[in-house]
Amino acid sequence: MGNFDQKVNKFLEIFIEQNGYAKVVEGLRNTIMIAVLGLIIGIVIGTVIAAVRVIPKYKVLPKVLNGFCSFYVGLFRGTPIVVQLLVFYYVMLPLMGIRISGLQVAILVFGLNSGAYISEIMRGGILSVDAGQMEAGRAVGLGYWTTMLRIVIPQAVKNILPTMGNEFIALIKETSVVSFVGAADLYVAFNYIGSNSYEFMVPYLVMAIIYIILVLIISAGIKIMERSLRKSDRRN
Amino acid sequence: MIDVINLRKQFGDVQVLNGISIKIEKGDIMCVIGPSGSGKSTFLRCLNCMEDPTGGSIIFHGEDIADMKVDINKHRRKMGMVFQHFNLFNNKTVIQNIMLAPVFVQCQDLKKAKRKNSLTKLTNVFRKAQNKKELVPITTTKAQIKKEAYEHAMSLLKRIGLEEKADVYPSTLSGGQKQRVAIVRALAMNPEVILFDEPTSALDPEMVGEVLDLMKALAKEGMTMIIVTHEMGFAREVANKVLFIDEGQILESGAPEEFFGNPKNPRLKEFLSKVL
Ligand SMILES: Nc1ncnc2c1ncn2[C@@H]1O[C@H](COP(=O)(O)OP(=O)(O)OP(=O)(O)O)[C@@H](O)[C@H]1O
Ligand SMILES: [Mg+2]
Repeated sequence: MGNFDQKVNKFLEIFIEQNGYAKVVEGLRNTIMIAVLGLIIGIVIGTVIAAVRVIPKYKVLPKVLNGFCSFYVGLFRGTPIVVQLLVFYYVMLPLMGIRISGLQVAILVFGLNSGAYISEIMRGGILSVDAGQMEAGRAVGLGYWTTMLRIVIPQAVKNILPTMGNEFIALIKETSVVSFVGAADLYVAFNYIGSNSYEFMVPYLVMAIIYIILVLIISAGIKIMERSLRKSDRRN
Repeated sequence: MIDVINLRKQFGDVQVLNGISIKIEKGDIMCVIGPSGSGKSTFLRCLNCMEDPTGGSIIFHGEDIADMKVDINKHRRKMGMVFQHFNLFNNKTVIQNIMLAPVFVQCQDLKKAKRKNSLTKLTNVFRKAQNKKELVPITTTKAQIKKEAYEHAMSLLKRIGLEEKADVYPSTLSGGQKQRVAIVRALAMNPEVILFDEPTSALDPEMVGEVLDLMKALAKEGMTMIIVTHEMGFAREVANKVLFIDEGQILESGAPEEFFGNPKNPRLKEFLSKVL
């Protein structure tokens, strides 16, 4: 065990004395920021796509929109996230003449990517809401989008909350590849500590523990949210 | 009030309505009966374009609402609808179910009027004094709209004896209570006509009465109602017109005494002998 103690000491030395903790805090902040902002962008994009994809399609505009949405979803679900990051950072944005940081690219790409996944989850959620809800909204003279936003989507969200929680957890875990475009996440922070101490066992162990704790916290948060959203099911 | 002219509806290759023509007058209580699958629901749902007719016209307020270009939402606000399975908004409390549409519609109108006024004010700057355009008078506020809608909703709930249920969610109500709330939800828009699609078919027998009683009361007040129903007793007692629909056509129509007492169409005779 003496060997392991030594490793821990080395880790603590870099962590405390050589600013390792600042890197970790920064990495943690970036990891969470990419996941949270990515999720928010993803929810907005995913909800719009899902609502478009369930519109009755006998007019031209919904058909065109639907075609575009299918293409979008196929594209983002059909390629690895690392490839998307690299293509955006090194191909798309330079071609468009846009210069943004790796962190911003990561947020953007994770948002676009999770939008594709969330749209499928959300579509399932919308289809799980009884068609009578939409009919009742339309029958009192509310428009399609008004009924969608006020009646159908809130019920869909309640149905898909557990799945959305899993999506968020997946997002947190997938952010560990953003160093490909130079965004400083948890991996980058612990890799820094490891490189400076020539010792990777403890840093990566601590990193794994931090990821596990993050996921546990999120899971608990989802449980609480589910419980409070279930109030419209309760008899009182 | 509603003039249905040669209404047709096709689902894919299946012709469900084969040219239905009927006039509905103000104050009419029209019951629609017929065998299962004959197109009763489809007929009713075409009246407010929940299903888009594939032929013919529905004239309401002098406009053909079967035309896809009309603002159907505007017309639906004057045509309430009550469903077999209630379809109360599950994510809203009882009072929110009733208030939602009236508040939304009035707030939207208010927003529109305000927008119009700002535009008028802006363009008035460039007009000569004698040419200045009048502003639309705005007499209400969002809070006022909400307050009035709340009071109206509460009075409707009081009428059906459910005011203490105002803040519960629909899942906690019995079927009869749900359907009565659904009826007052339609009433909250002050509709000119209410369409009912088998409003009591999904209810336990002991709850049918309370819903029919409410409908009878509305009939007495002169509400125009079109009711698809299997309750022959109710049709006989309350309706002033009964339609028999089979295979997408009106095979017989008339006042209930004649319709039930002396049916002429052989299919109607057969149908009545089965259900009465
Ligand atoms: N959305 C739809 N798509 C395809 N066919 C439909 C659709 N809605 C109704 N139909 C068909 O139209 C016919 C008439 O249906 P409708 O619901 O109007 O009958 P109904 O008289 O109301 O019967 P019931 O007494 O069972 O309610 C049926 O054969 C039904 O299968
Ligand atoms: Mg029916």
